[in-house]
Amino acid sequence: MNGWNRLHPLSPAVRAGRALIAIAFIFLPSLVSGGNNQWDAAWHGVALVALIALGFISWLVTRWRIDGNDLRIETGLLRRSSMRYPLSQVQAIDTVRPGIARMLGLSELRLRMGGTGGAARLAYLPALQADELRARLLALSQGAHEHTPEAPDRELVRVPPGRVAAALVLSGPTVVLLGYVIVFAVWSSADQHAARTVAAAMFPILLGNAVALWRRFNRSYNATVAEAPEGLRVRSGLVETTAETIPRGRVQAVQMVEPLLWRPFGWCRLEVDVAGRVRDRNDAGRGKRRLRTLLPVGTRSEAAELLALLVPDAPAAERKPPARARWKSPLRFHHLSFGFDERYAIATGGRLARIASWVPLTKVQSLRRIEGPVQRRLGLATVYIDTAGRSFGAAFRDLDGGDSSVALERLTGFARAARRR
Amino acid sequence: MPPESWNRPSPRLRQVRHIEAIAATAAGVVAIAVVLALTVDTIAAIGGSLAVLAAGVVLDILLQRRVGAWGYLEREDDLLVRRGLMIRRLSVVPYGRMQFVDVTAGPIERSFGLATVRLHTAAAATDARIPGLEAAEAARLRDQLAALGEANAAGL
Repeated sequence: MNGWNRLHPLSPAVRAGRALIAIAFIFLPSLVSGGNNQWDAAWHGVALVALIALGFISWLVTRWRIDGNDLRIETGLLRRSSMRYPLSQVQAIDTVRPGIARMLGLSELRLRMGGTGGAARLAYLPALQADELRARLLALSQGAHEHTPEAPDRELVRVPPGRVAAALVLSGPTVVLLGYVIVFAVWSSADQHAARTVAAAMFPILLGNAVALWRRFNRSYNATVAEAPEGLRVRSGLVETTAETIPRGRVQAVQMVEPLLWRPFGWCRLEVDVAGRVRDRNDAGRGKRRLRTLLPVGTRSEAAELLALLVPDAPAAERKPPARARWKSPLRFHHLSFGFDERYAIATGGRLARIASWVPLTKVQSLRRIEGPVQRRLGLATVYIDTAGRSFGAAFRDLDGGDSSVALERLTGFARAARRR
Repeated sequence: MPPESWNRPSPRLRQVRHIEAIAATAAGVVAIAVVLALTVDTIAAIGGSLAVLAAGVVLDILLQRRVGAWGYLEREDDLLVRRGLMIRRLSVVPYGRMQFVDVTAGPIERSFGLATVRLHTAAAATDARIPGLEAAEAARLRDQLAALGEANAAGL
């Protein structure tokens, strides 16, 4: 298995996925009916063959191999590109299996690289080979012998599907949907014609909402978190399944979100910020804030268990900003608190949802103290703790001006010490 | 830290900012005058121009005040950059976190022999830009930061 390898021949079909299904729906009637518009049928046939040929060529020119400590991928017919991914810089290897791929027994491997190196994608491989290769690449990336078997993991948390559904009912898109239905019901009893027009106009928004809900459900369904030697392994999915690894020591920041509607049940969502971005077609538009959901909806005790692994011995956010900060952040104020020690900085905030962020001080990239006009009048300032990537790690909002300078100085010192450790 | 130990941008940055304000105002005046003269009448055009001119004067004053607020300080392990009067910002960038330093100079800055030094870390939020440095000082700072960055480099 040391020479060049190809992907599975059915890869283009999976990659075209939904598009191919749509195309089939458009073409089938004309192909079947034939009859008086034979030219049309022939033309569609040619287009279909051309598409298949293009897919086949893209498969034909793509090949990969493991070359010492690198993974090499070559692709492209006219513009040949040859990529070399050093395995020592692999942050994590994810397995993604869209619905069609699962039917065909295929999976995709995604190697997340450190820094801004992006991701290497091997789409698609037969599921068995993918699992084998994943273990091999992981062993190589950790400098172990390449035939070291993958260590077993220990399941920590499994989210019951009932809770996922309930949490989804109590989430933003559902509230929007519900509000729409109520408004529409009231309106249509008054003026049917106008209501129908509005319904037609609103339909795309509703559809978008429904798709968002479905995606969330699919992502959260049957989510499990397991502890493995290289980090936390997260699996989830109903139709498209994913298995991601959050490597130990690569976590830039952890965030716990408690939406307003979830609070009565004591549910929360845990998200982690991992160095390196996944850059692919699907994320192009929303690559702004790439947080990984670790626990889509968990209880406090489950969250606490995971937090103990991610940020062991982190202090509590016990200090509050002065009472006059209420004038500057009326909605946020009762969520605001902060705390830090030699290893971690913790900040809580959020207007409706309560958001708590943990940042290991070894990951701090820079620190900022910002004092806006309103804040200055009240003698307040905010300290931002920046971590790699586009999202900042944590913000100590609306501290007393003097406290903020002290916090900035001390955090700078602690971060320096943490870097050297 | 005592205020006098902060390094400041060159006093010529004030002239650069004057020219920038004048250029922006002139462009605004011409645009509004042409549009209003064509669509409404001459009086409206004169009125609009005067309004833009007044806005330009305010802009100039704000820019001048901001020049005075810039400052940077090279400490043993990190660089401090402060700026802004309305919104006061102070950034601490450890040398070990620097990914690269770039020096840029726009046409107006260049004609005054000035340049802008900017530090980049892996965090997009890092905000450390020092405008209006003498070309020699900019080059010195760049080399100094690059050397310190290399000596202190830490992984992600």
